[in-house]
Amino acid sequence: MGIELKMPALSPTMEEGTLAKWLVKEGDTVKSGDILAEIETDKATMEFEAVDEGTIGRIMIPEGSEGVKVGTVIAVMAGEGEEASEPAPVPAPPASSAPPPEAPASAMAQQPSEETGVPAQAVTSGGEARADPPATPAVGTNLATVTLREALRDAMAEEMRRDDRVFVIGEEVAEYQGAYKVTQGLLEEFGAKRVIDTPITEYGFAGVGTGAAMGGLRPIVEFMTFNFAMQAIDHIINSAAKTNYMSGGQMRCPIVFRGPNGAASRVGAQHSQNYAPWYASVPGLIVIAPYDAADAKGLLKSAIRSDDPVVFLENELVYGRSFEVPGGDDALVPIGKARTVREGKDVTIVTYSIGVALALDAAKTLAEDGIEAEIIDLRTLRPLDREAVLTSLAKTNRLIIAEEGWPTCSIASEVMAICMEDGFDHLDAPVLRVCDEDVPLPYAANLEKLALIDPARIVAAARKVCYR
Amino acid sequence: MAKTADTRASISRRKIAEPAFEGLGENVALHSLQAAHAATKRYPAKQDELLALYEQMLLIRRFEEKAGQLYGLGLIGGFCHLYIGQEAVAVGLQSALDPERDSVITGYRDHGHMLAYGIDPKVIMAELTGRQAGISKGKGGSMHMFSVERKFYGGHGIVGAQVSLGTGLAFAHKYREDGGVCMAYFGDGAANQGQVYESFNMAALWKLPIVYVIENNGYAMGTAVKRGSAETEFYRRGTAFRIPGLDVNGMDLLEVRQAAEIAIDFVRQGNGPVLMELNTYRYRGHSMSDPAKYRSREEVQEMRDKHDPIEGAKAELIALGLSEDKLKDIDKRIRGTVTAAADFAESSPEPTPAELYTDVLVETY
Repeated sequence: MGIELKMPALSPTMEEGTLAKWLVKEGDTVKSGDILAEIETDKATMEFEAVDEGTIGRIMIPEGSEGVKVGTVIAVMAGEGEEASEPAPVPAPPASSAPPPEAPASAMAQQPSEETGVPAQAVTSGGEARADPPATPAVGTNLATVTLREALRDAMAEEMRRDDRVFVIGEEVAEYQGAYKVTQGLLEEFGAKRVIDTPITEYGFAGVGTGAAMGGLRPIVEFMTFNFAMQAIDHIINSAAKTNYMSGGQMRCPIVFRGPNGAASRVGAQHSQNYAPWYASVPGLIVIAPYDAADAKGLLKSAIRSDDPVVFLENELVYGRSFEVPGGDDALVPIGKARTVREGKDVTIVTYSIGVALALDAAKTLAEDGIEAEIIDLRTLRPLDREAVLTSLAKTNRLIIAEEGWPTCSIASEVMAICMEDGFDHLDAPVLRVCDEDVPLPYAANLEKLALIDPARIVAAARKVCYR
Repeated sequence: MAKTADTRASISRRKIAEPAFEGLGENVALHSLQAAHAATKRYPAKQDELLALYEQMLLIRRFEEKAGQLYGLGLIGGFCHLYIGQEAVAVGLQSALDPERDSVITGYRDHGHMLAYGIDPKVIMAELTGRQAGISKGKGGSMHMFSVERKFYGGHGIVGAQVSLGTGLAFAHKYREDGGVCMAYFGDGAANQGQVYESFNMAALWKLPIVYVIENNGYAMGTAVKRGSAETEFYRRGTAFRIPGLDVNGMDLLEVRQAAEIAIDFVRQGNGPVLMELNTYRYRGHSMSDPAKYRSREEVQEMRDKHDPIEGAKAELIALGLSEDKLKDIDKRIRGTVTAAADFAESSPEPTPAELYTDVLVETY
């Protein structure tokens, strides 16, 4: 009986990939460690190694096949002698010296939809199309469908073409093409002078970037994730945010600190945290946390052009999702302006980043019960668009906040304060916040699911404020 | 030789060990600057050149004395770190820079560096008293002063932060190919911060044009060097990153200047960073609230009597033929400048309340 070779998962979030190339043919003898095939996601090409010795019996999936689900039998190998063998275990990801967050091949794979309620956005399989309304009400522009990851890269590339003071610096941004492939292709176009790999030294390179900004350049500092930016937060706050004020307006610091923020998938407490409230509490900073690709691109371009220091919070789980994005170099999205993602009259859901997807899901469920939710995507968290929040509250008289992050001292807390201070007369019910549980994020799949915000909880809170 | 409080007094007598080049192989480069420094110890200043530098040092001394007085009168608040005793470092080093293209950054003991860069004492003193006319409109204070116009980038209150920021300024010089060099000052205390070594690594890796200057005044606040540092020979601290070091007597103006010439020349040629250790001494406490119980009065007196940089330069000027009367006139003029700065700083109005909300962000959103 042969050994089944199955499509490997190259990262915790990968669901499928392309079998790019077979490096062996039927009848070949292989031993443990031989490279059998190349597997590709939209993010990386990885080598698939043999774990057992034997002869390649039959190749089930021909090379070039796209959308091969993880676990699919791609070939059968005749084992040594006549031993009956169990199906081969899924091999460990090849070249797996780097832990998942450093080398995730996640790409279009997201957190499974059953876990978060986020609709899967599989590009090549029959994934359900997003119910999102067009990302930005851009007029007269031709829309292209791109992933969030590509949109961010395009924003950087366009701004780098426009202004030679703009450069990208961070860990693995150049030769590796970005730990999450956000900087893919930039090295090739702009060269090593403007796309700079750093040592693993967040405090140091955040300081170098900040100093370069003070010296007149326009750095984009990529943190592999914002969890690692804690090592660098002194420069973000004490150096970048405060110097213009402390210098009486003399010393500008036009810099963008960007990278993924918030919970990813099964990476545990130290790699899963939303820092939005931390940075949003600091005067002197601009804090942006977009959801879709059009906003991400337009806001990142605005951020790079801004004379102020910007913290730009992305979300790993959204990187691989596709959205419609207006073309053109000048498709800027203004900083400090929220967006009404869905119109509704019964209850307002204020949210941002990945929370927008969860809220859209929740709104669909609520609509089935006759509750029309209005969704406000804050997009910029500092300065926060108070007017947008209060205008929607005045319309619906009920408001909840959906935030993928801890509840205590959160953006949700801030929005609640705004409602109390300036919207009290419009409230027909207490403002509720729907956030993650107030615990470090656990690893176990079931506990992680319990800890994270989901559409069901948003639905429950919306019903509660509607007294239904 | 450990640089401890006990040995402070022997700084200027200290012999720099001649490096034994035999057998060093590729490490020769690490020692080459020290060897050049040992070969040519002092800058051959002409009388007028020395006089100009002397005047700068004297201005810093008198300015800082006045700042101490104003602090005592309650006109200056918060933290105030005086540079008295260390004047030769900033003056000697900065005089070797090209103000058209080079940049400077330092920590919170920054008044002296600003004066050495020719910034008007009035706006510095007015910043100390927290007035609208201060260089930071009264919003920075003693530790946070900047002059982008003069390429003086602060003035930073977080110990060691200026080292990474300065490395960024050097990065900008290289990126723009403007031929400039950054000089980043920090203390023996900051030299133990982690980001200093993160910066050394990147600066050496990318051959950034930066001169790192450790002003070793013997004490990290109240902690004597030997109580806080395993390696007290700070100029060696770049060795692991292949950054050449220079061990310099920071109490001798012309030795500082000559060492600066060597360092800046090396860096400007595109060879990457240099680490200079300037052995110096502060006569006053760490800040105004420091009674300096951690050292003896005799130790301070010994330094003042035997190694004072200003007295040293004065003696040389006299030896070069300058008259005592001329020197007295200069002192009088500088006292006048400082008094005028103090009067300006006391009489200038405080910032208007509207200033509270200006300069938080550059743009409006």
